[in-house]
Amino acid sequence: MSSSLTNFGYQGKELPVKVRNIGLALFLIGLVLAVFGYFVEPVRSMFNNIILLTFIVSIGLGSLFFVALEYVSGAIWSVPFRRVMEFFAALLLIVPFIALPLLFNLHDIFHWTHPEVMKTDKLLAGKAPYLNEEFFIVRFLVFAALWILFYFAITLTSKKQDITKETKLTRRNIKISAVFIPVFALTVSFTAIDWLMTLEPHWFSTIYGVYYFSGTVLAALAAGTYAIVNLNEKGYLLKGLDKDHYYSLGALLFAFINFWAYIAFSQFLLIWYANLPEETIWFLQRWNGSWKYISILLIIVQFVVPYFGLLSQPSKKDGKKLKFFALWILAAHYIDLYWLAMPTFSKEGFVLGWIELAYPILAVGIVVLVFSLKSKKNNFVAIGDPKLKRGIEFKL
Amino acid sequence: MSEKKLYSYTALFNTPDEIIHATEKVSEKGYKNYDVNTPYPVHGLDGAMKLPPSKLGYIALVLGLSGIMAGLLMTYWMSAVDYPINIGGKPVFSFPAYIPIIFEITVLFASVGTVLAMLLFFFKLPNNSHPLHGTNYMKAVSSDKYGISISADDKLFIEEEVINLFKELGSTEIHPVYYDEVEVNYKNKIFEPNFIMFLVVAFILTSGATYVTLNKLMYMVPFDWMSNQEKVIPQSKSMFYSDGFGMRTPVEGTIARGHIPYPYKGNPEAASAMPNPLLPSKENMKIGQQKYDTYCSPCHGFHAEGDSRLRGQFPNPPSLHSEKVRNWTDGRIFHVITEGQNIMPAYNTQLTNDEKWAVILHLRALQRSLNAKETDLQ
Ligand code: HEC
Repeated sequence: MSSSLTNFGYQGKELPVKVRNIGLALFLIGLVLAVFGYFVEPVRSMFNNIILLTFIVSIGLGSLFFVALEYVSGAIWSVPFRRVMEFFAALLLIVPFIALPLLFNLHDIFHWTHPEVMKTDKLLAGKAPYLNEEFFIVRFLVFAALWILFYFAITLTSKKQDITKETKLTRRNIKISAVFIPVFALTVSFTAIDWLMTLEPHWFSTIYGVYYFSGTVLAALAAGTYAIVNLNEKGYLLKGLDKDHYYSLGALLFAFINFWAYIAFSQFLLIWYANLPEETIWFLQRWNGSWKYISILLIIVQFVVPYFGLLSQPSKKDGKKLKFFALWILAAHYIDLYWLAMPTFSKEGFVLGWIELAYPILAVGIVVLVFSLKSKKNNFVAIGDPKLKRGIEFKL
Repeated sequence: MSEKKLYSYTALFNTPDEIIHATEKVSEKGYKNYDVNTPYPVHGLDGAMKLPPSKLGYIALVLGLSGIMAGLLMTYWMSAVDYPINIGGKPVFSFPAYIPIIFEITVLFASVGTVLAMLLFFFKLPNNSHPLHGTNYMKAVSSDKYGISISADDKLFIEEEVINLFKELGSTEIHPVYYDEVEVNYKNKIFEPNFIMFLVVAFILTSGATYVTLNKLMYMVPFDWMSNQEKVIPQSKSMFYSDGFGMRTPVEGTIARGHIPYPYKGNPEAASAMPNPLLPSKENMKIGQQKYDTYCSPCHGFHAEGDSRLRGQFPNPPSLHSEKVRNWTDGRIFHVITEGQNIMPAYNTQLTNDEKWAVILHLRALQRSLNAKETDLQ
């Protein structure tokens, strides 16, 4: 067989430099504004930083989860663009850097980091074995290390296969992925608990981790869908990716929109029904002043609009619609995180200033930059994967 | 036996690839009225047959929306109109609580309705028989072959051409299928008067039977499971006693155990002379507090300061720390508990005599907590 045949005619195009420059520009603008914001309003900036951190973790970790899921489930349809998700997973590498400013400012963000509070407050004293700075930092570092470890383990194996084309590498990745998935389940829950739920240390919700997980997968899928449809239209992927692949991506997006709404409503319903003051306070806070509008907006933006937008079969096969709703969902996820974190900072109503705009710019900059850097000198398609041929021929 | 008509020409193929190829060719030629039969769903067939997207989705949508409306109306009518109950202080129509119910009804309507619509309108069931049933062709495609069948009523159908096309495509088994007109229908059977009559009869029978079971049968022996018994049932008429009362008055000149009649009816002065037979022991104090908290505290408050918990639904009583009550003898308070006073009802039936005395011990302790005696402070 000639090499072009085994490579399925993969061209090996590189992203135009323009993309990287745009990413770099956004990154720099966002960074300068964020640094400036830190000197003007440090606490507010740090809350925004938490949103940024959890947003980047969402896309990076969710993408790695998607890759692992493909391996353990033996999925075929997603093989032709799995590499795109691997690129997004590279965001995990910079998670520690995003968390760095936070680790130095824990006192301004987390009520429970103040020892005098932990001693006098009976409820918090009971949580002290978990909620203390040392353990918090250790937890974060261990999680980040695990993510990066699994990121390299999975993507390097996958990359190696481009050249060696060995089936045994797929088998090895299946094993790694099977170990990663429980690790993912635990770390994603505890990340949500540590960085978001403990902002209000008295309050707790047992479904909180799942709630963040639903957003995580949704954000990663949305980022992936946007990139995949775009790359496919511009010819970076293999020929033959078609409506059937689009439909599967759209159906997954649609499923997770519902999953998010289901989990969000489950959390709300139980708290609303039991009506216990120590639980309802969290929702009351988000119904206070102008926060009410953000709460309503969230339901509409993250559920109602994309639900009806992606309900019909043709809309899931329409590249344009998919791209639109992918970006829409990413924005919705950002609002979701804002809604989770910010009410602790400004209790009377939501705040929206240039600092709140700087961080999304930074976030987009980081994602675009990391993606374009990662895709350089890397194949957009896992051309050595034994399932690739079947993946391209995939029909519903 | 009636005349048999040609239904279609069928061809069998050995592999899924062959059937996809054959299907593409058949639809390219412009045939519309044909069908492909495979032992399992073959990916890509829809595309090869150039099938338009199914209309079933719209039916599901409409049914789902009706499910939402039905669920909304049902929960609203039940909880806000027909049987409003205060649950946990929430409004009678609490929308969040009904979302799960509405959701389930939506799913029920959409799924069951869609399956029914598919069977009745798309498959045109019920049908005695389909021409392809029982043929060797059907036997083959339901085990290991892939078949295509071009209908004789297709506009382009010409027997020789179809046979030639199948041969070109490489099929080795090409057979015609005949059918008996009486056995098969192409119309929507459910619109036939007979079938509609059948539905109406079935509807009347099932709903009638349900009504009779739930409203009549359940109250008949033996289906009432002995719920109807000849015994004294509170609030109901006794069949046994001629006067219809279940509760009997005691035989004249007797008293019930533990119930000594109160001798000082309407005579508080005489009652004042009664001494409290109980000592303020730990057990007695405990009983007293328990009974006081149960029977007296709703009106008089836990600390007897007249801070009622009834939120104005009953007039607040005076404080029991008043000098008047403090100076009353135990017997005098016993009298109030036994007979009531003005609007305060009597507690004679709820409390035994000993319990009343215990309550008084507790009341005394409460009074002393606000107005301690010299000796208490030493
Ligand atoms: C349904 C409410 C209610 C309950 C229950 C109740 N009371 Fe009273 N009680 C009153 C009211 C009202 C008065 C004032 C009656 C009046 O206007 O003379 C009163 C008066 C009294 C008085 C006389 C106070 C005075 O200053 O004249 C005593 C003693 C008393 N209650 C003891 C008790 C005890 C002991 C119990 C528990 C066995 C009890 N009450 C349960 C409503 C209640």
